[in-house]
Amino acid sequence: MSAIASTAPGDAPAAQGTVAAAPPRWHALARGGVALIVPALVGLLWWLSAEHEWIAPQVLPHPLEVWRALQEAVVSGALWDNLLISAWRALGGFVLGAGIGLLLGVSMGLSPTAKDYLHPTFKAFAQVPVIGWLPLLMLLVGIDEALKIILVAKAAAVPVALNTLKGIEGVPTRWVEVARIFGYSRAQLLRHVVFPAALGPIWTGVRYGLTHAWLALVVVELLASSEGLGFMIVYGRQLFQLDVVLAGVVVVGIVGYALDRGLAAIEARLGRWRREAF
Amino acid sequence: MLARAFQAVPRPVRGWVLPVLLLLLWWAALRWQWTTSPLLVSPLQVWDKALSLLSGGEAWAALGASLRRDLIGLFIGASAGLLFGATLGLSRWSERLFGPSFHTLKQISLFAWLPLISLWFGLGDPAKIAFIALASFFPVVLNTFEGIRATPPELVEVARVLRFSRAQLLTRVVLPAAAPAIFTGLHLGLIYAWLATLGAEYLMVAGPGIGGLLVDGRDHFWMDQVLFGVILVGAVGMALNTLAAIIERRALAWRGRSAGLF
Repeated sequence: MSAIASTAPGDAPAAQGTVAAAPPRWHALARGGVALIVPALVGLLWWLSAEHEWIAPQVLPHPLEVWRALQEAVVSGALWDNLLISAWRALGGFVLGAGIGLLLGVSMGLSPTAKDYLHPTFKAFAQVPVIGWLPLLMLLVGIDEALKIILVAKAAAVPVALNTLKGIEGVPTRWVEVARIFGYSRAQLLRHVVFPAALGPIWTGVRYGLTHAWLALVVVELLASSEGLGFMIVYGRQLFQLDVVLAGVVVVGIVGYALDRGLAAIEARLGRWRREAF
Repeated sequence: MLARAFQAVPRPVRGWVLPVLLLLLWWAALRWQWTTSPLLVSPLQVWDKALSLLSGGEAWAALGASLRRDLIGLFIGASAGLLFGATLGLSRWSERLFGPSFHTLKQISLFAWLPLISLWFGLGDPAKIAFIALASFFPVVLNTFEGIRATPPELVEVARVLRFSRAQLLTRVVLPAAAPAIFTGLHLGLIYAWLATLGAEYLMVAGPGIGGLLVDGRDHFWMDQVLFGVILVGAVGMALNTLAAIIERRALAWRGRSAGLF
């Protein structure tokens, strides 16, 4: 827990003391307050510089303007529409990509033969980032929904496949040996040993997959779209409405954050059996 | 039956089966004209295009420009990331002050920064380099911070008992312990920087670069150039990755030996 933070010899016991004792509630509150100092200072600086026009409003609009743009987008329903479209694309692509990734990862993890055949091509395919595939796919499938779904799926599939493969390969051989001694059938071995042991890495892969899917979606929408959050940002930039751009960035950030937190919460829930087992 | 056929192929050949099949499919589509789309170019055409772009120097110029941006951006981003990550890792106060803000900012999809950066820095090289630096900054900070935090407390205690000075503690204990994580961060930073280079060149087309090559090919419907660009992107990514892995292995070679001693 306490590693290097308290390198000054004097405060080491104190730091450890607070960790050992259950921290009182004001302590958590104080910590939250400290965390807010920097954002508050930055916000204040932003406000002051906008108020006194130290920075041109074309470069950094007033925070109130951004807030107003955000409000306007919410009231007019534009934000909601764009958000819904983006979410739908991200989800569709993610489900498709995670499915393919799981399939690839499991087959490569369980069968060395499949790995021999698939892995080099998969690696070469994964090596080119989403933006590299974009122009090629634009020529092949146009700039419709298919383009977005395929690219989001690709972005999600690669981390899921890689982590699934690693997870399954990382199952300790000893456990498999024990299962063999107990005379487990292949199905039992998979169900009771391999998958539970590989669940952690697989879930990490899914989490990365979702994050990457969201990242890829924003890219695709920035480059080739006429609706969605990414488009909202590009549109704002073209009209030099920086308040809209900033509002879009904020929403993109919030969605990304919410996705990650949501998955972390599910992970905490799913992982509960682990602690019971030991 | 089928499984046995799969296993009959000698192992080193297996990896080539799928690419060769895909190439055959490509060739067959041309040979029997499954589609008359002008977008379907022959593998030979791509090869010719590659040769002409390489011998004409355009490809090298694009490659050079992209790599230059990539490395400058990476250098700036990684240096700033190392400093910031180390500060967060070494001082609990700075973590409390900056940590939450950093973790929130890092959630913003990387490419959402691009429009902002292009408004702030224009469309030229400064904007691209700023974006690349930002892309490599986040993974380096995160891994440096986590690596330093994960230094085994026993090691630090031993160092205290031996009355190491703060500088000694840092250079002899903390940094070596955190080195693998730091290298992971740098490696990730490299991957992200390359991704960002492409993205920056793609969204802010100005001056030579591989992204420009791709956009140019797409706008003129030159499928051969697009395909060559995609292959180039993959090859550079792979080369950078391999290089980083080699450097990492070299730099961390001492760890293998010390682990053997315990």
